[in-house]
Amino acid sequence: MAHLEAVRATGDRTSHWSASAPFGKNVEWDAEIVDEAPGEKIAWRSTGDADVPNTGAVRFVPAPDGVSTEVHVVLTYDIPGGSVGKAVAKYLGEEPHQQLDDDLRRLKQVLETGEVVRSDGAPWGKKARKEFPQRPAQPLSDAELEKGADA
Amino acid sequence: MRANTWAGRNKVKVRDVPDPKILNKRDAIVRITSTAICGSDLHLVNGYVPTMQDGDVMGHEFMGEVIEVGSAVPAEKLRVGDRVVVPFPIACGACGACTAQLYSCCENSNPNAGIAEKMFGHPVAGIFGYSHLTGGFAGGQAQYARVPFADVGPLKIESDLTDEQVLFLSDILPTGYMGAEMCDIQSSDVVAVWGAGPVGQFAMDSARVLGAAKVIAIDKEPYRLQMAERAGHIPVNFEEVDVRSRLLELTGGRGPDKCIDAVGLEATHGSAHIAAYDHLKQAVRSESDRPHALRQAIMSCRSGGVVSVIGVYGGLVDKFPAGAWMNRSLTLRTGQCHVQRYMKPLLQRIERGEIDPTRIITHTLPLDDASRGFDIFKNKQEDCEKVVLKP
Repeated sequence: MAHLEAVRATGDRTSHWSASAPFGKNVEWDAEIVDEAPGEKIAWRSTGDADVPNTGAVRFVPAPDGVSTEVHVVLTYDIPGGSVGKAVAKYLGEEPHQQLDDDLRRLKQVLETGEVVRSDGAPWGKKARKEFPQRPAQPLSDAELEKGADA
Repeated sequence: MRANTWAGRNKVKVRDVPDPKILNKRDAIVRITSTAICGSDLHLVNGYVPTMQDGDVMGHEFMGEVIEVGSAVPAEKLRVGDRVVVPFPIACGACGACTAQLYSCCENSNPNAGIAEKMFGHPVAGIFGYSHLTGGFAGGQAQYARVPFADVGPLKIESDLTDEQVLFLSDILPTGYMGAEMCDIQSSDVVAVWGAGPVGQFAMDSARVLGAAKVIAIDKEPYRLQMAERAGHIPVNFEEVDVRSRLLELTGGRGPDKCIDAVGLEATHGSAHIAAYDHLKQAVRSESDRPHALRQAIMSCRSGGVVSVIGVYGGLVDKFPAGAWMNRSLTLRTGQCHVQRYMKPLLQRIERGEIDPTRIITHTLPLDDASRGFDIFKNKQEDCEKVVLKP
């Protein structure tokens, strides 16, 4: 989950989350697990005075082929600034649906190939925010490599 | 290192760029000994495939020697010193598409899946040197290339076949072969191939190998038609005769049993008003592709026949003859080639002498002459059929 800055367990079923947001800001919230079935489902909701109040659930479901697993994520959230805030976040590639799409694709890559796939033009891997403004597809210089995945 | 790069519409430039390095654990670095200019590179240079950027390293047909492997590439698959041909689609080997041998539809290898999804409905595989739509991977018209999923794609060449004999296993030979294979050829079949460029020539040879009774080559360049004729195929020059009438003559009025479109989105022919219509619509970006060869193939094919499309299309076409397709029980089959599926069997056919890939090479140039290579290939000068570049 590339957009997450930090997750800290604060109790048996509670945790503190910090994630990147537009304009280089971070958003933070406390969360608690409200429902859990091992290997099948985990559901959470934010608690207290969250920057972006959210609830969600991840479910793991057998695929019809009998071998694979489908990962379903339901996420509801309340972005500050209402529809304007949502449009700004989307423009900057930080809207939760875009982040979720990135994360699910990266999860699939990690589970199936063992790594997040990086190209020369997109050394950061799948990232909605960087899909159009990309660097040229030529090998990275040493300086760019040193800067790491966000070069 | 030196590399041939996209430098804007109608312009390529050989420049100095950084050497590639391992970015993922399953990467390998290949020192390139031979690479080629492909017809589909022209779609990039001519500006018809979106999302190219100034500086993108081009090229998706290349081979060479492995000089470095990532930590997760098993030694039994690939090691330093191996001589390899690299397939153009980058495939992880593990996703649903790869498991079904649909390597050019790999679900994991394109970091820009979001762009591809918007264009095509679902993402497609990453491709070397072929726009950011297919991943933004640096290509192989260079001294070195980084090859992701090196334990899946590259084919080891362990015999003493020359580069020229095996290089085209990277793209155009399997592409031509898949075009013929999709036709389910029967021994009585007449197969017509639109386009006598490199892929068209290999589609013709493959149709013959797969048992076609008669193979027809459709083009307008006399040197390309002569090349097809020397290989035993029947030439039809669309600037001299009406293609449909000629095809009917050659098939007792039925039309070819199987038709292969090896032209794609930049068809140059057609009746003057349809050609003008396509050019105009393409110029104002309300149609991205000029599908004249595809239209003609559908209209010419015998009822119940197969139209197999291996020419590259980028987006949307107008005036697709859906009525002919539906009412006359035609089967339309297509795909970017699933190269990984065909490399070994085709290598064996080359070893047995059933197909001679070298017959289409007309020019061998140093990498630094890439720009001239593109010019003569694009403008069909000096009877240019296929250019091999030597880094």
